[in-house]
Amino acid sequence: MNYLYYPGCSLTGSAREYDLAIRSVMAAAGATLTEIEDWTCCGASAAAPVSHLLALSLGARNLALAEKMTAEGEILVPCSACYLNLKRAHTALNQHAEDRTRINAALSAVDLSASGRGRVRHLLDVLATDLGSDDLAGHMPRSLAGLVVAPYYGCQCLRPFVEFDDPERPVSMTALIQATGADVFAWEMGARCCGASLVSTRPSVGLKRVTAILRAARGADLIVTVCPMCQMNLDAWQARASRAAGEDLSISVLYLPQLLGLAMGLSKEALGLNLNLAVMEPFLEKIAM
Amino acid sequence: MSAPSTAPSENAALANIQSMVRACIQCGTCTGSCPNADQMDLSPRHMWRRVILGQLERIMASQTFILCSDCYTCTLRCPRGLPLTEAMERLKGIAFARQEAAHRQPRLFYLQFLETVRRHGRIHEMDFMRRYFSALKSPTVPLSFAPLGLKLMGKGKVELGFGKTADTPLTPLFDRVAQMDRATMQNTTREEHSA
Repeated sequence: MNYLYYPGCSLTGSAREYDLAIRSVMAAAGATLTEIEDWTCCGASAAAPVSHLLALSLGARNLALAEKMTAEGEILVPCSACYLNLKRAHTALNQHAEDRTRINAALSAVDLSASGRGRVRHLLDVLATDLGSDDLAGHMPRSLAGLVVAPYYGCQCLRPFVEFDDPERPVSMTALIQATGADVFAWEMGARCCGASLVSTRPSVGLKRVTAILRAARGADLIVTVCPMCQMNLDAWQARASRAAGEDLSISVLYLPQLLGLAMGLSKEALGLNLNLAVMEPFLEKIAM
Repeated sequence: MSAPSTAPSENAALANIQSMVRACIQCGTCTGSCPNADQMDLSPRHMWRRVILGQLERIMASQTFILCSDCYTCTLRCPRGLPLTEAMERLKGIAFARQEAAHRQPRLFYLQFLETVRRHGRIHEMDFMRRYFSALKSPTVPLSFAPLGLKLMGKGKVELGFGKTADTPLTPLFDRVAQMDRATMQNTTREEHSA
């Protein structure tokens, strides 16, 4: 399986371990990633309020670059916000002739054009649908039996584009977690918002979301995520959420491919586990690392 | 329908949002679905009513659209299938264009983010935060981020300066989009005048 890889900005900085784990796990599973050359920011949540056309053009620029490499390629996107923005651009190119004309008029300023061929895929979709838990289990020599894992999906890989899972009661991580031998923690918070950028811009509001999720995860050994924004809110802001709530909310938080990689027998270094901000002793003892 | 200070481009932007939510039946599913509704001064349902009534000043005085965290639950559940998250996003756009004092902090956050993208193509988190703090001119906000910054630096998760990855300035793309947006706005204004 071949994918055009769009890491997105976070994976070159605060989410470097996500990038490391994805590359290691995909290679071990026999999938080939080719990074999109000269990719740029998707616009995040900042571009659309300022200019709808700017948001679509920033997303479409990356689709144009992907098309230059492979006419109808599968574009692998690990960040849910990037995924949403590339999907929005992709949808505009395919379904709205007027948008397509305007996007390409804008892209001509940087000598590019996009047709919207190819497919935009979230990492979770690729792991669950293309690779599949059965095949991945074949690459997992190590059992993580005894671990209880809370799957956290967040929002934008599920909504508004309903592509591969139930947008309110998602299940695509269940079989992947079970393939590692671990148990899935039963909770209701998997598809609830982490507070997104409100945690930075309005901490008094955003931290409430973080607190609700961390509190609900009590009883699990760890939370796994599939988005750098969710991860940052749940791990980097954990101590602050604990202080604000006046209770200990600490829990290990890993990216899903890091968990899969552990079962695949990949090293801590290959999975970037030393870069995580919330990996607790009890968890490390349980996995004997 | 609109206050005397309302600029023609705002009328057009508001009319666009009105057309998005015109079919709202005021059922309140959006409010019931919103994770941040309890922190909002106007519930989402109430906000759509204000939008339909064209009460722009009242809307702009509200914090509601700033507190939308783009979770898309209301959009998913709306029985009328209305693009509610996108409508909130466009309300943010009007507030930022008006440079509303009440929404200065998120506006600067978004604008400095885009400024970093225009200059470098990609977001370098530390460079972006530095720009944001210096635009904000607040002595306290950077302090609240200091522990996080130190944590990330301790892990070597920030790029200290450029040169590690090649920059792709996107100024020509940003300029072209701005030019096209201006032309669209002028056309809309002209249509309003001739109507």
